[in-house]
Amino acid sequence: MVFLVLLFFFQSDYEPLKPLSPVTNLVVEDVENDAGGSIDLSWKPSPDSARVVTYKVLRGLYPDGEFTELVVFKVPTYSFRDATTEDRVEYFYMVQVIDERGVVASSEIVGPRISKPHWFNTGRLAVLVVAMAYALMVILYIEFAKRDTSKMYIRRIAGLDQIDEAVGRATEMGKPILYSLGIGFLTDVATLASLSILKRVARRAAEYETRIVIPNYDPIVMTAAQETVRHAFVQTGRPDLYAEDDVTFVTNDQFGYAAGVDGIMLRERPGTVFLQGSFFAESLILAETAHSVGAITIAGTDQATQLPFFFAACDYTLIGEELFAASAYLDRNPQMLGSLKGEDLAKIIIVVIILLVSIFGTIGEILPKDAATETNVMSEWFVKLKDFLGRY
Amino acid sequence: MSFANLLGLWVAATLTIAILSFLYRDNPLYKFAEHVYVGVSAAYFIIYSAKFTMELQLINEFKSNLEAYLQQGSTSGLVEALLLIIPTILGILMLTRWVGPKIGWISRWPIAFTIGLGAGLGITGGIQGVLLPQVQATIEPLWVSPFSGANLWAAVGSLLMILGVVSTLIYFYFSRPHRGFIGVVSRIGIIFIMVSFGAAFGATVMARVSLLIGRLYFLVNEWIGGTIDFIQAL
Repeated sequence: MVFLVLLFFFQSDYEPLKPLSPVTNLVVEDVENDAGGSIDLSWKPSPDSARVVTYKVLRGLYPDGEFTELVVFKVPTYSFRDATTEDRVEYFYMVQVIDERGVVASSEIVGPRISKPHWFNTGRLAVLVVAMAYALMVILYIEFAKRDTSKMYIRRIAGLDQIDEAVGRATEMGKPILYSLGIGFLTDVATLASLSILKRVARRAAEYETRIVIPNYDPIVMTAAQETVRHAFVQTGRPDLYAEDDVTFVTNDQFGYAAGVDGIMLRERPGTVFLQGSFFAESLILAETAHSVGAITIAGTDQATQLPFFFAACDYTLIGEELFAASAYLDRNPQMLGSLKGEDLAKIIIVVIILLVSIFGTIGEILPKDAATETNVMSEWFVKLKDFLGRY
Repeated sequence: MSFANLLGLWVAATLTIAILSFLYRDNPLYKFAEHVYVGVSAAYFIIYSAKFTMELQLINEFKSNLEAYLQQGSTSGLVEALLLIIPTILGILMLTRWVGPKIGWISRWPIAFTIGLGAGLGITGGIQGVLLPQVQATIEPLWVSPFSGANLWAAVGSLLMILGVVSTLIYFYFSRPHRGFIGVVSRIGIIFIMVSFGAAFGATVMARVSLLIGRLYFLVNEWIGGTIDFIQAL
């Protein structure tokens, strides 16, 4: 009998189940610099990693309670982010490895760990530094501007010079002005810049007793436009001329808005059309219709893809930054002038950085390099500086 | 094809032709299509706002978070529920302008909040998402060793990119008159701007032509073809 049993073991492929070693050094920690809801896990491979075919991550609320399977990996994996945690709830984790024959080895249970939101994202420190430096430049220039705005030179911007003339033209023709703020929202910088141009246009319209029609895409922008125009009419001493129904909502659909504004242009036949703000595919439709009714058109947007259409179809076009410079150019108030001057200084700093670092890189390419590392001091500096800019 | 499908095709085709009739001149057919389009899209926006913004993101979200707090004691649920009260109040404040001039000024608060939020997000988003990556992408060595044809073209590409970016930035520099050296550089900048606009113009026109082809394809194949198929099937 013993002989038969031994013969069976020697003759068959039977191999007894070997114990499997679990993964080691399981580290579980809250994800840094996030808004909460995530915990990171990492572990070292099992000493028997060659045999492992499945990795399972399990989570439980108690160390001796039930553990739920979070994820299963069929390839060697040594880290996992659990993005399904509830903040400030204590969790326990373990990782299981399984071999082909179903032998399971569980790691030690690690916990309790909690996820929580963080007030500061230290990874974005460079953004904070740049923003603070920019803010400081702007504040300093605002202080300078408050002392004497006449020393603050701004170069001529043709499109903005034409605003008063364009309003006057509509007045002479006895036609209204149509002002479109585009299809941006109040959180778009172009829409904010457009509102400051609207202030000037509305003031002139009130002075010349010309009607101003403003069809809107977004109800909140419409409210801001109504406030801007009302304020301008009150400031000019003509609140009686302000008509709230002329600053109206059309629709929140892009081409619906284009069709609506086109219709208004055809029926009202404005003498002057302002297209200032965020415009997309509807830009050429609006500009062409304005041209077809014989209106003088002054356009401006920060959307680079739409500017070519404005150039082709409008009388004057404000290109991106010129739109943002409009409020400082038109009003010359210290805050706006300071912002513009701060922005100009930032541009010069950017130009200097681009030129300096590129020169570092060029010298690094020309100078002889270390044979082993294929680098030299200049090329190392070039890589370091470039990485710094891209890190955040 | 069912009669209902055919009817839908005819409505879509008639409205398409009505909108395209604007190419000739303003006419009653265009006016009708325009008003239908504006009316339907405005109505859709209102329904969308009521259903997906107010009901799903505000009322249902508030209810589920509050239930999570009351039934499971989830403090994050309570915080989420309380946070939803802030936009609700801001939204209600926006409506005060229609109540009367005495309290209408309160509607400026949510507007100020929205503008402040936009500016704040714009500055950090602009620095992190646009400014720093663009500066990094512009910086390249003006010479690549060892000397070869491919490296020479890479160097020319880098030179053009740096020249383009720097001269365009100088064009948008407002603090000095564009005369002398600054004038020359800014003139180079406007050339780069116009070349990029030309390329963008061509690309966008091609995209618009493909949209037109899509619409003409609908008229010929689906509308006329579908109608013929329907008649033949009778």
